[in-house]
Amino acid sequence: MTLAEPTYPDDLRYHDQHDWARIEGEVATFGITWYAQDSLGEVVFYDPPEVGGSVEKDATYAEVESVKAVSDVIAPMSGEIVEVNEALADAPERVNEDPYGDGWLVKVRLSDPGEAEQLLGAAEYRKLLENS
Amino acid sequence: MDFAGWEMPVQYEGIREEHAAVRTHAGMFDVSHMGEVEVEGPGALAFLQRVLSNDVARIEVGGAQYSCLCNEDGGVLDDLFAYRFGGDRYLVVTNSANHEADLAWLGRWSRQLGDVAVRDVADRYAMLAVQGPHARGIVAQALRIELPSRMRVAAVRVGGRPALACGTGYTGEDGVELLIDPEVAPAIWAELLDAGVVPCGLGARDTLRLEVCFHLHGNDLTPDRNPIEAGLGWCCSEGTGFIGAEAVLRARREGTEERLVPFKIEGAGIPREGNPVLSGEDRVGAVTSGTFSPSLEIGIGMAYVRAAVAEPGTEVEIDVRGKHRPARIASKPLYQPKG
Repeated sequence: MTLAEPTYPDDLRYHDQHDWARIEGEVATFGITWYAQDSLGEVVFYDPPEVGGSVEKDATYAEVESVKAVSDVIAPMSGEIVEVNEALADAPERVNEDPYGDGWLVKVRLSDPGEAEQLLGAAEYRKLLENS
Repeated sequence: MDFAGWEMPVQYEGIREEHAAVRTHAGMFDVSHMGEVEVEGPGALAFLQRVLSNDVARIEVGGAQYSCLCNEDGGVLDDLFAYRFGGDRYLVVTNSANHEADLAWLGRWSRQLGDVAVRDVADRYAMLAVQGPHARGIVAQALRIELPSRMRVAAVRVGGRPALACGTGYTGEDGVELLIDPEVAPAIWAELLDAGVVPCGLGARDTLRLEVCFHLHGNDLTPDRNPIEAGLGWCCSEGTGFIGAEAVLRARREGTEERLVPFKIEGAGIPREGNPVLSGEDRVGAVTSGTFSPSLEIGIGMAYVRAAVAEPGTEVEIDVRGKHRPARIASKPLYQPKG
């Protein structure tokens, strides 16, 4: 049902709080990493922020909940929310099944694309997990 | 996850899958962390009648009964099952976190009342709870034993060793709890898995018990709460003169300021322990257990609330980390097992 093996695509940038950003020009898609969804367990609820709201790098912008626990989601970069994944309201398990695809959380118009440099590449993020 | 000094899995394959297995088929929990206390002697009945809230005289040989263990103020020290497996032999199954304190309490009262021996036999038993509509059939066939009916206990042999089979559980489903020799427990666990039962962790145990509104001591029951406000007046027989009976009787007659009630969230949101319960601007209570119900697919919980808002159907709000989630007080159980 879920991705059984840890997966960290090379085309993403990673935040050390287990969030990813897929940067496409001025807009980035955010989500949580394989490690985050695996630690959390089956996601049963995603409380999305509002479109038009702003997110700030390193700050909480949403919550995902499994049966057992709630987890804050940290923004890897700053900007304005232009889209939220409404489909997760009916199918929050997509966060587990496809954390880098259908399980995306928000799309953000970046206010400072330069922040990307402070994020980790896939290899660095994997190393962080190994050392934690 | 560390639970009262025991290494316990929260889940094996996933809480929802395990939860569904118990509701529709058969799931198995290793609940060896539960404590066992043997109570034996000519004074056993008089002793248990004094320390347990229920009318212990009503347990026949081979019977089981749920009780509270109360302090002098009627506060609930623990909630537990007592099994009578001989004329003056009983087994009391404690919650692991309370086991040592229960033992000290029971020991103290046994010395005072006399003619009764209280023995810690927790090391003598591993405990496997096999629960679900198919649990009984699978266990009987796989272990080739005759199982007691619901709320009964039987001496059986499991893995060639003496064991107890109890027709009790913590999920609302039919099933059995097996008290077996720890040495044979791993082999029996494996044998039951081969027979098709699904291994379940603490996570599913919590969602299952909360759907049927079974109390969790430490959350829904504490020494600061009496059985009446906890909705456990049905297992208290004040006429027996148990420790705390006077306080319990007073609470029953006069009513309590707060009551433990189940509730359902209406719409989105998952309540958690500690969330405030609101009625308009007023804080009227607090959540003691909350989770996502895999059967109902909504947030559910139990909360101590002011008596004025305790009636089923009452609309309240749960403050889930700053978001006010509409909820409605419900009646027990929140989910009716189909078994």
